[in-house]
Amino acid sequence: MSKKKEIDDRFKRFGTVSFTSVTKVNDFIDQLDQGKVMGNRCVECGMVFFPPRADCYKCLASNMEWFEIKGTGKLVTYSKLKFAPVGFEDDLPYSIAVVDFGDCKIFGRIASDIPDEDVQIGMAMKTAANKLPSGQLNYVFTKA
Amino acid sequence: MDRVAIIGVGQSAFVRGYPGSIRELAFEGFKEALEDAKISVSDIGASIVCSAPEYDKQRSPSGVFAEYLGLTPQPTFYLESLCSSTSMGLRMAYSLVKSGLHDVVAVLGFQKMSEISSAESQERMGRGADIQWESPFGTMMPAYYAMFAKAHMEKYGTTLEDMALVRVKSATYGQVNEKALFRKPVALESFSDPEHFMSGPVSSPLRVGDCCANADGSSCLIVASEEKARSFSQKPVWILGLGAASASVNMSGRDIFTGLAVARQAGEQAYKMAGIEPKDVDVAEVHDCFTISEILAYEDLGFAEPGEGKDLIKGKETYREGSIPVNVDGGLLSKGHPIGATGGSQIRTIVLELRGEAGEMQVKDPKIGLVHNIGGVGLYGTVSILGRE
Repeated sequence: MSKKKEIDDRFKRFGTVSFTSVTKVNDFIDQLDQGKVMGNRCVECGMVFFPPRADCYKCLASNMEWFEIKGTGKLVTYSKLKFAPVGFEDDLPYSIAVVDFGDCKIFGRIASDIPDEDVQIGMAMKTAANKLPSGQLNYVFTKA
Repeated sequence: MDRVAIIGVGQSAFVRGYPGSIRELAFEGFKEALEDAKISVSDIGASIVCSAPEYDKQRSPSGVFAEYLGLTPQPTFYLESLCSSTSMGLRMAYSLVKSGLHDVVAVLGFQKMSEISSAESQERMGRGADIQWESPFGTMMPAYYAMFAKAHMEKYGTTLEDMALVRVKSATYGQVNEKALFRKPVALESFSDPEHFMSGPVSSPLRVGDCCANADGSSCLIVASEEKARSFSQKPVWILGLGAASASVNMSGRDIFTGLAVARQAGEQAYKMAGIEPKDVDVAEVHDCFTISEILAYEDLGFAEPGEGKDLIKGKETYREGSIPVNVDGGLLSKGHPIGATGGSQIRTIVLELRGEAGEMQVKDPKIGLVHNIGGVGLYGTVSILGRE
């Protein structure tokens, strides 16, 4: 009797709706669940990646180590959506943004409790793991 | 005798809810291009079918089109680079002809977007971005371009009114383009009237009037060797320069948000290959999927310095009578944007302009034209420079 193969589909928990379930960087989800937003780094050449990835295109190695995104970054740009794609309607309105942390930039959402008038390009922001009411996980940018 | 020409162009009307199947839609652009080139199906050595596949139930449309259009047994294949598919098709056709593999190649672009709802369509378009790391946040095309608009406004003081002026210009020419979806004038005031649909918020700072609309449509280009062009065509339009580039899908990999790196890179390549400078361009078609996109294009292509794109539209320099007419066919904003057909439609307009056959859209005596066609949010970029004798 062959045992049914377990599928590691942890990534289906990422975001309001995940379009990916299986990836070699599934540990990102466990770390997010523990409150940590992680990027990774190539052990061989030191190249830094966010979003994290399994393989380094620079030295072709697949030996990566995790690091936590800490410290503050600067808000590069953002937009507040008044329409949403299918599956995201209940989240409206929400803002997407890019924040520059120096070593890497991160794309994500701005925390929904920041008033619009407080959001300014160039403002200092941090990245925080976030649990959605549905149990799904994402990360948001908060005021530093 | 090794130049490559465009000897025939065609497009369907761009509409909402095309009352036919995709093969019938493709026939409309194809027929017009063949009649324009005055050639028959048997003259075509190969066909390239260009679209974004997620809108269709038909898998591998090339075979279906080849059968319906009588292009068998010649080779046919599919090419995709989102909204820039047909101009990437032109690049491929150029290389097929230049290499000597084929004398005459048809580039068929199409998209039938109306079979799915606008929200579903936005979701599919959003999946033209990074589905693993971005789409789970609820992304869509207007929101991405809105981030570029926001950054440009912040850095250069570009205003909502500057962007609205792009739409006003677009509508000026949409009215005289019989193939366009939107043929009504747009008043600048409609953007400041909260009751008017044009001012409705989509994704800040972009409003409804800042965004192009989905459409159904097809386009077709007939590309030929110099020898064939001479024998078939009275007015061949020569491909002088081609540029193409790509960028990081994920916004986290982008260095700038006040322009599109791919457009700058593709533009530089195309100018160099053609041996011209931006000031030599007499008429241009740029990828105005959003009003801000046209302003970015002015700057990325060197028609204006960074941050000064707004001055071109405010001074009406990009109107038909201006120093650098841009999108005098109404652009994507007025024509509508059937993804895979759009690049072919842009190229068609420039070919007609260079032949002096653009009717009410005609610019005075242009010799060199440029087409800027972008796929995704500056993910793929192509610039094509065309010229007459």
